[in-house]
Order: sequence, then C-alpha cells, then structure tokens
Amino acid sequence: MGSAWSERRITRWYVEMFRRVLGKTLGFVGYTIQYGCIAHCAFEYIGEFVVCSGPSMEPTIINHDVVFSERMSRHLCKIQKGDIVIAKSPYDPNMNICKRVIGLEGDKVCTSSPSDLFKTHTYVPKGHVWLEGDNLRNSTDSRSYGPIPYALIRGRVCLKLWPPHSFGTLSESPTKRIIKTQSDSD
Amino acid sequence: MAQQTTAGRRYLRAFVSGFFVAVPVTVTVLDRFAYVARVEGASMQPFFNPEGGSKSDIVLLNRWSVRNYQVQRGDIVSIVSPKNPQQKIIKRVIGLEGDFIRTLGYKNQYVRVPDGHFWIEGDHHGHSLDSNSFGPVSVGLLHGRASHIIWPPSRWQQIKPSLPPNRGPLDTKEEEG
Repeated sequence: MGSAWSERRITRWYVEMFRRVLGKTLGFVGYTIQYGCIAHCAFEYIGEFVVCSGPSMEPTIINHDVVFSERMSRHLCKIQKGDIVIAKSPYDPNMNICKRVIGLEGDKVCTSSPSDLFKTHTYVPKGHVWLEGDNLRNSTDSRSYGPIPYALIRGRVCLKLWPPHSFGTLSESPTKRIIKTQSDSD
Repeated sequence: MAQQTTAGRRYLRAFVSGFFVAVPVTVTVLDRFAYVARVEGASMQPFFNPEGGSKSDIVLLNRWSVRNYQVQRGDIVSIVSPKNPQQKIIKRVIGLEGDFIRTLGYKNQYVRVPDGHFWIEGDHHGHSLDSNSFGPVSVGLLHGRASHIIWPPSRWQQIKPSLPPNRGPLDTKEEEG
C-alpha cells in the first residue's frame, strides 16, 4: 500500500517538473519571438548600422567607416538630391552600394566626364535615380550601369559613427555634379 | 469604486501590452513570411482573373522562399514596379540572368538578360506592362512568389511554375540546328 502511494507522489513530482520546464521554455520562446519581431521592425523601419568598404565615396566616407542609415525617408519617398544612400546593387541583390543621389526622376544629369569636350546629358526616367560616388575617378556607379530603380534604395545615410574624430553628419557633394533646377530651394 | 478603477487600468495595461506584441509580430510575418494580395487588371489572363470585371483573384505570396532571391523560370512573382516604387506588379518569370530572349515589342529584338536581372512577362501579351516595355528587371526588386490562389474558393489551387508555349529562353543549340 505504502509503495504505491509513494510511486504516485514521485510520478506527480515528475509531471510537475515537466510542466514547469515546459512553461519556462514556452515563455522563453515567446519572448524570443516577440523581441525578434521588434528587432526586425527596428532595422526595417527605423535604421541600421552599416560598415562601408571601398574607395568610391572618398573623402566623405572612407574604407571601414561605420555609418547609420535611416529607413524612414525611403519608405516615405523623401530621398532628395545630394543625399547619400545605401542601395542594393543592380547586378547582385546580395551586395549593397553606398553612393550619392545626383538626380531624381525627371532630372537632367551629365553623362560625360569633366574632361570631355562635348557635354552629353540625359534625363532620369520615371521611378529611377542616378547615383554617383564622390570619388569620381574610382567609382562604378550610374555612369556605367545607368539609372537604378528607386525601390533598390535601402536607406539614407544620415550620421557617421566611426572613426570618432569624424563623428557627425556628412558633408555635401564635393564633385559639383548635381544640376540644380529652378524648383530646388537653395 | 476603487475596485472598478483597478479593473479598468488592468484592462488598459493588457490591451497596450497585447498591442505591442501583435503589431511587431504581424509586421514581421507580412515582411518576411507571407503576404496576401489581390490581383488587379487583365495582364495575367487567363491565369488570373479569367472573367475580368469585378471578380479579382486573391493570391498568397510566399516571401520566405525569395529571401535569397532564388526564382525559377515559369514562377509567378510579384515585384516592385521599376516605374513606380509604390506599386507592386505580378508577372511570370520568363528568363533568368544569362538567358537570350526573343522579345515582343521591346526596342531590341533579342536581349541577353544581364547579371542580377530577370525577364518577366504577363500572360496576356499586349495588355501587360512588363519587361517588353521596361526591359530586364533587377532581382533586388523581387517582392514575393505567388504560391496559391486563395479566393474565390472555386479557384483554390496551388500555383506551379510553367512557361507559356513559345515564350522562354532561346536555346543556343536550337538556333544552330
């Protein structure tokens, strides 16, 4: 009689432990899902940290600089001429490029290099943007692959975070390739 | 009286905490896993909206399967329109990077699809804004793959990749023979 009763107690103890562990595991999984989703929303709609590599944006952004790119402007379609953007590369969607917006849809952009005698221009088609790196001599950009669709833009670089001595907002285009129209404010 | 206030405040707290769970989870699911969209227009007839008019098909878009930008020829995909970044269009993939395509009404009669791009067409040629108007599309614009038609119930089906007859990449061997 006594052994059956103590067996029941032990079984009940195991069931109790199992329920406790299951409860804690489910709670842990629930919290992970919730915080994972909050993280996704933050990186997708607020902004992300980007480590830049390559010489195409010198002297504004140098190799191994860390910048913060905000996502709101892109979702609200408020990217402007002169902004530095992070975009998906048109030739490899898993690679990102960091360039400056020289022209939005409808703008006139200069397709000839500064050393050419005859200047050629083109107009950026609807739904596209024209990107160029600040380091014109060492940058593959819209001058080689043409305008890219606006939807490939991921975010607008608004702040440089590393190295500490160049912390802060980024400077204007040093290349003077942006053609200002009458509708632009000064 | 004091008990009623605490009950109300407890309800408010539960609502707010539930809201902060439901909104991020829903947004994440819609961005990363699955999306539901209504197909409008006649560009994919007779596959979608065969009757036209007010009856539009509703499709389930699988966003998880395109997270690495892997698509097959014959898949029906939704992309962000290269002409209007606020609009999504749904078309069939005809050619992938490296394929040679004989176009219908594009500025060049033969096109080699560049790296990182693909060629899409609507099934209803002539009533479709697709690669025959704006050229090869960058794979970065891919939004999702249509996997099932879920409305109207009479048209419930799984969508399988299939190339329409005579629309596909040119096989170089054929051209030689």
